[in-house]
Amino acid sequence: MTTTTTTAPTTAGPRRTTAGPARAFLAVLWRDLYVTGRELPVFLAQVVLQPLFLLFVFGKVLTDLGFAQPGYTRVLFPGIVALTAFVTGLQSTAFPLVIDFSFTKEIEDRLLAPLPVGMVAVEKVVFASLRALLAALVMLPVGIWILGSIPWRASGVPLFITILVLGCLVGSCLGMIMGTAVPPNRINVMFALILTPLLFTGASQYPWASLDHLPWFQVVTALNPLTYVSEGMRAALVPEVPHMRPWVSVLVLVVTIVVSLAIGIRLFLRRAVD
Amino acid sequence: MDGNGQLPVVEVHDLVKRYRKAKVNAVDGVSFAVRRGEVFGLLGPNGAGKTTTVGILTTRVRRTGGTGSVSGVDVGVDPVRARGLVAVVPQRNNLDRSLSIRQNLLFHAAYHGVPAAERTRRADALLEEFGLAERANDKPDMFSGGQAQRVMVARALMHAPDVLFLDEPTTGLDPAARLFVWDRVRDLKARGVTIVLTTHDMDEAAELADRVGIMDHGKLLALDTPAALTRRLPGRTTLEVAVVLNGTPPDDLLRELGALDAVERVEQVASAGPPGGWPPMGGPMGGGAMGGAMGGGPPGGRPDGPPSGPPAAAVAQRELRARLYLAGDAPQLVAPVAAVVANHNAQLTDVAIGAPSLEDVFIALTGRALR
Repeated sequence: MTTTTTTAPTTAGPRRTTAGPARAFLAVLWRDLYVTGRELPVFLAQVVLQPLFLLFVFGKVLTDLGFAQPGYTRVLFPGIVALTAFVTGLQSTAFPLVIDFSFTKEIEDRLLAPLPVGMVAVEKVVFASLRALLAALVMLPVGIWILGSIPWRASGVPLFITILVLGCLVGSCLGMIMGTAVPPNRINVMFALILTPLLFTGASQYPWASLDHLPWFQVVTALNPLTYVSEGMRAALVPEVPHMRPWVSVLVLVVTIVVSLAIGIRLFLRRAVD
Repeated sequence: MDGNGQLPVVEVHDLVKRYRKAKVNAVDGVSFAVRRGEVFGLLGPNGAGKTTTVGILTTRVRRTGGTGSVSGVDVGVDPVRARGLVAVVPQRNNLDRSLSIRQNLLFHAAYHGVPAAERTRRADALLEEFGLAERANDKPDMFSGGQAQRVMVARALMHAPDVLFLDEPTTGLDPAARLFVWDRVRDLKARGVTIVLTTHDMDEAAELADRVGIMDHGKLLALDTPAALTRRLPGRTTLEVAVVLNGTPPDDLLRELGALDAVERVEQVASAGPPGGWPPMGGPMGGGAMGGAMGGGPPGGRPDGPPSGPPAAAVAQRELRARLYLAGDAPQLVAPVAAVVANHNAQLTDVAIGAPSLEDVFIALTGRALR
């Protein structure tokens, strides 16, 4: 009776299977992971090169030349892992969101997927955090390769993992705010004005406690969430270096994540739905 | 019940949208319903509120008032479910540039929870049908506007939506791509897909839509089939006649034509078209001979030869071109008109029926042209 054997779907054809939002969420996450996986070398080069050079110049060159004490690498390495996690997370949400919302509009297909729009925002944070996690973990072999050895202790692993995950999340959540709040014509300026100060006020290259001779800077660094990631990393890997109490780091990071995620989702919704 | 095509797929009641910081409503109390399997056109100039209406129905724009539903699902109350029922082909290319064409289709279906085997089958069938099979593994960057749009239509069909929204589907396309889109829309309709399309092109609306809603300033001014919309304009159907007078005073002829039944009004028009030999605006440049030569010669016979010499107004009129505004059907009036002309010993050289277009409807509704 049918006129032709049309195999393509029609509205009269068999009904769709209704997707749960959870399934849609996983499909959207899978898309991002798939794309990253396919260009993994490029991704790693992109995120590892900067910390690699920081580690090489500050940890290897300066110490070998005698401008820095040999023990400095023990201060620096946990800070660089923290920095990598934080910055990769931040860039992995901020850059794609600015581009998607302002230029390519590619994200529209996912905003029209059957899941709450806020979940698309959460997916971006989860995905960026996974990227950040990968980048930070890659710093472990990179550290061994450049420095010869890295500070590591088994009893610090639980705290290391906790701080690492929180560091990835806090960077991604702040990146969501940047990516949705920054107008497209200001991207270059904003990234220079925000990213560079964040890089150097995050206690990655110095322990926060040692700043008591520089009280104003100590206050400034206390405002940067990265400081708590760096300090938490030191607490996990090099407890002999003076550091903040781990619970302070964890608490500040958790609060920052919750607040910035709430703000980020609000801003995301405002960009996504008129 | 499945509705049997009786229940509307899209229902909109008193829909209102005011954007943040806007002084007027972008959509201002719009109501309509779209039947299953119908091609529904929203026609209006840019800024009329068409895209906003589509935006609300596709959950990308939050309504300020009223209701909108798709297959009974209120788009404002349950946007997640509604998104599974609609598909959108936007004005701009928003294909995923990181993925191939085929992957664009596959991931779209995955977002919508279509099982893996089924999405592969659908993707291959649609790629084949849309003539994209050979380019399935290309990235969207390499596609022209028309091709990208084809891909977006295919993508939209991957989750078998209840209604497909086409936002200005041919804006910015070359004529060939435009015709291709028109053919696709007809095919989709033949397949039973319900389509809502927006356009500022009256030809497109008349060509494709079963019913057309005319929008302006956020309001729906009229809604009907293109034929019914144009029929509403009394005196808008015209009959244009060209006559070689053979000495008959033109005023007599005009008076008698105007007295015919169903003729509401008659006016003499400057003969610019094919049967005309007179300069278009009665201006000094371009004499009759030249106009005739440029027009490729009149279709009707003209025993006296093309008029020549000084401008039209200066010589005794040999030819008359008149437009009759009708209340009734134009074809039925051809014979009486011919009889009147023959009675005056004049010669009918051309007859043209002018049907009103949607453009005329728009002008009648708003007092200004569409573009």
